Amino acid sequence: METRELICIGCPMGCPLKVEMNNGEVSSVTGNTCKRGDDYARKEVTNPTRIVTSSVIVEGGSLAAVSVKTKEDIPKGKIFDIMKALKGVKVQAPVHIGDVIISNVADTGVDIIATKDVI
Amino acid sequence: MYDVVIIGAGVSGAASARELSRYKLKVCVVEKEEDVCCGTSKANSAIVHAGYDAATGSLMAKLNVEGNQMMEELSKELDFHFKKNGSLVVCLHEEEMPGLKELYDRGIANGVKDLRIIDREELVKLEPNIADEAVAALYAPTGGIVCPFGMNIAFAENAATNGVEFKFDTEVTGFEKKDNAWIVKTSQGDIETKYVVNAAGVYADKFHNMVSEDKIHITPRRGDYCLLDRSTEGFVTHTIFQLPSKFGKGVLVTPTVHGNTLVGPTAIDIEEKEGTNTTQEGIDELIKKAGTTVKGLPIRQVITSFAGLRAHEDGHEFRIGELKDAKGFIDCAGIESPGLTSAPAIGKMVAEILKELTGAEENPDFVATRKGILDPKTLSNEERAELIKEKPAYGNIICRCEMITEGEIIDAINRPLGAKSLDGVKRRTRAGMGRCQSGFCSPRTIEILARERGVDPAEITKSGGNSRIIVGINKDRI
Amino acid sequence: MLNYDIVIVGGGPAGLAAAVSAKRNGIESILVLERDKELGGILNQCIHNGFGLHTFKEELTGPEYAGRFIQQLEEEKIEYKLNTMVMDISENKVVTAMNREEGMFEIQAKAVILAMGCRERSRGALNIPGYRPAGVYSAGTAQRLVNMEGYMPGREVVILGSGDIGLIMARRMTLEGAKVKVVAELLPYSGGLKRNIVQCLDDFGIPLKLSHTVVDIDGKERVEGVTIAQVDENRRPIPGTEEHYTCDTLLLSCGLIPENEISSGLGVEMNPVTSGPVVNECLETNIEGVFACGNVLHVHDLVDFVSEEAKAAGKHAAEYIANGAKHIDSKAKDVPIIATEGARYTVPKTINPERMDEKHIVRFRVGDVYKNCYVSVYLNDKRVIHRKRPVVAPGEMEEVVLKKEELAAFPDLSQITVKIEEA
Repeated sequence: METRELICIGCPMGCPLKVEMNNGEVSSVTGNTCKRGDDYARKEVTNPTRIVTSSVIVEGGSLAAVSVKTKEDIPKGKIFDIMKALKGVKVQAPVHIGDVIISNVADTGVDIIATKDVI
Repeated sequence: MYDVVIIGAGVSGAASARELSRYKLKVCVVEKEEDVCCGTSKANSAIVHAGYDAATGSLMAKLNVEGNQMMEELSKELDFHFKKNGSLVVCLHEEEMPGLKELYDRGIANGVKDLRIIDREELVKLEPNIADEAVAALYAPTGGIVCPFGMNIAFAENAATNGVEFKFDTEVTGFEKKDNAWIVKTSQGDIETKYVVNAAGVYADKFHNMVSEDKIHITPRRGDYCLLDRSTEGFVTHTIFQLPSKFGKGVLVTPTVHGNTLVGPTAIDIEEKEGTNTTQEGIDELIKKAGTTVKGLPIRQVITSFAGLRAHEDGHEFRIGELKDAKGFIDCAGIESPGLTSAPAIGKMVAEILKELTGAEENPDFVATRKGILDPKTLSNEERAELIKEKPAYGNIICRCEMITEGEIIDAINRPLGAKSLDGVKRRTRAGMGRCQSGFCSPRTIEILARERGVDPAEITKSGGNSRIIVGINKDRI
Repeated sequence: MLNYDIVIVGGGPAGLAAAVSAKRNGIESILVLERDKELGGILNQCIHNGFGLHTFKEELTGPEYAGRFIQQLEEEKIEYKLNTMVMDISENKVVTAMNREEGMFEIQAKAVILAMGCRERSRGALNIPGYRPAGVYSAGTAQRLVNMEGYMPGREVVILGSGDIGLIMARRMTLEGAKVKVVAELLPYSGGLKRNIVQCLDDFGIPLKLSHTVVDIDGKERVEGVTIAQVDENRRPIPGTEEHYTCDTLLLSCGLIPENEISSGLGVEMNPVTSGPVVNECLETNIEGVFACGNVLHVHDLVDFVSEEAKAAGKHAAEYIANGAKHIDSKAKDVPIIATEGARYTVPKTINPERMDEKHIVRFRVGDVYKNCYVSVYLNDKRVIHRKRPVVAPGEMEEVVLKKEELAAFPDLSQITVKIEEA
């Protein structure tokens, strides 16, 4: 039996979670106040993931840069690979929220999408 | 070959340059920093002293009273902020009254006008927030406050307009005597000149001692200050000093010409001539002493603290004149308080010395007036609307705390000796000098500076040298 | 002079939500004045995710969250002016504003909603000793440079203050290639959300030093290093605990201050605890028809609550315009809400049991960390709410819900008290 204590990042409440593990399998999650906390705990101890956000240069638009994010969670270990993939990326205006900036970034199967309109 | 090289673009150097530009002389000011007003002149009490402090008969006393008398007209001629708000030296203990009387007598002997001792009742009328302990005060209606940057910059701009050259980022490293001339060695090469004026502030002893056997020593005397938000405007209306006595020297509390309240200075002797760092002890001392002469000082409204260095010469006297053992080398050294007040008179004195030495004729093209940066707040709403129609940049607020427009910033950059850095813009326009301390406006001011100067935003500095704001672009090191 | 029913000062999250709400409550004539070149306010530089779980039931980034409200504003065809600074508001609600195109102009409003947001506490206000070189920035200034302009303000970073912007910037600077060496926090607890400590510091191995502060800044031109030291219970540095960090950047995340210079000029009564206006449950200030919402009223942790509050302000402003005199009549029955024993303030500061909605959320902050405590509400001297909380902290806003029927049961209600009671 192994116990891990986590703080849930699912929402701003930051519930303190206790995860009981048996041979790498999660046997119980306590301390959460919603389903999101349970999901987070199970994922965090087996395959932790994060959303990555950054911004890239936009040319010919009303602003110098456009903010971007991974459309879904990506494995935590891939964070810096994604930043490398974003290095030097420039896009042309107009850009709209949801436009794909890089597809399948760093072989994660997840796209980088714009999070802002730059006209 | 120049006729005169002035070392230092502080207020003494700039005032001297401006006064020298009245004559047909080729004058150059060399300054190690990137702008005028970067040393002692930028960090001080911004007070126009009445003239009762300095020893009767001293040059300090003479130039203080003269400078005070010149200030009002000069502020109109050169368009800088000055206000004759009057000063009060507050006596907190009955037993100190002889000290107050002594100060009064000295003031009279020095030629200070309208000086009088007032009782508590009158004092409270003048300053309702005066400390309950205050028993009387020396009231000097001729005391005033000035924008130290404004005055320094005005002198320099007017000098430049009248033909004086300014070389910035130029540090003097030594001197050579060649026939009847001086070769001034600098970080940017040699400069030949007939006369040298040493207006180098805390470094004046270094240059003096390079050419003279009669050594002098200047101690940088650090003064820490706290500047309070403009929301404190009206807390005091006069400059309030504490009568120095066995109970201590105290700190002054004064309004500034822009409506802030200034508290300070401490007095800490150091050796480091660049030691403008504030210390915890210094700030603690200020906060402790600040409430002595006034009650309920809103010290929590502090928006910045800073330290300046007075150029304290061991003899505590202005040393202005040609050196006996170094002909053609004119000291303008030991300029500490009341140096700012005396600056107009110092400039005049230096110019007169050089006029005698050179026999120079008057410059018929000299323009005595200078127009400062237009402050749209001084206009009526109709005038302001007209201005914006003509120049839309005056409708674009950049610094929201001080309500400074893009038009003012552009003016500050593009005028003679214009601003090159964020601090240069700040000293000229007050953009970034408000309660958020440039948090909101600095990225926008960088943009304007880069655009107007035609350089990359990464080139823009806070105050020249290596003080860059931007050090690279995102992800450039990954 | 222009004429509008409602003028909203600020086009950030509060202003946008207030405008949409006022429109949906029947007001046609609305003008939003925004000083920046785009709507959305500070959300535009908050490019991280974590916004909108309450409002949209999904996690959005700041620009996306703002984008949703901007879209609503466009759909509702609400007028707005960008690059427009409000210079002054008179007591009879004449708004003086300025921009490049129109110069100085005046607008007569029937109601005004203040939504100017807040600013960061600067180095000067913190009295940090040392030199004043380049490289000392408020976290928000760095955030703007990095996220909106693509510039790195430094390479090696120390952060003072564990407010959310500081934590978020620790991660952003790290991701963009800087080395964040330490986050020092003066207080014995963090001012930021717990989840930000996990995902912004712990994820990247950035140490958080509680009860530490910056005691010296080195470097004449650009920051060359900072010294941090541990502080005692009076928040004074303890000699001998100094540690020097070589760095070129010091970011400050030491609190936010509502920007109320215009409100003060207008004669709005201020609460010294929040530095924001005193408001009743309609979010109306002491000046009739002048409302406030968002961070100009009190600093929030979550934009979702800003939107919710602004929605209420918009609705009440619309009601004010519809009801006029009737609205004023009910003022006499305002009951004060007293924050005491651990609770530092409440918003609103008064509530009118007749005028209030069926339920009203009262938000407040505590002054210290309390564990296993109770959040209690008293109507006169009768306790009506006694809610157990495992932990409450100053960095996280608390709330209690007052019910109209409960208040109606006290016909002689003279005060409502919110306090923290220890177990």
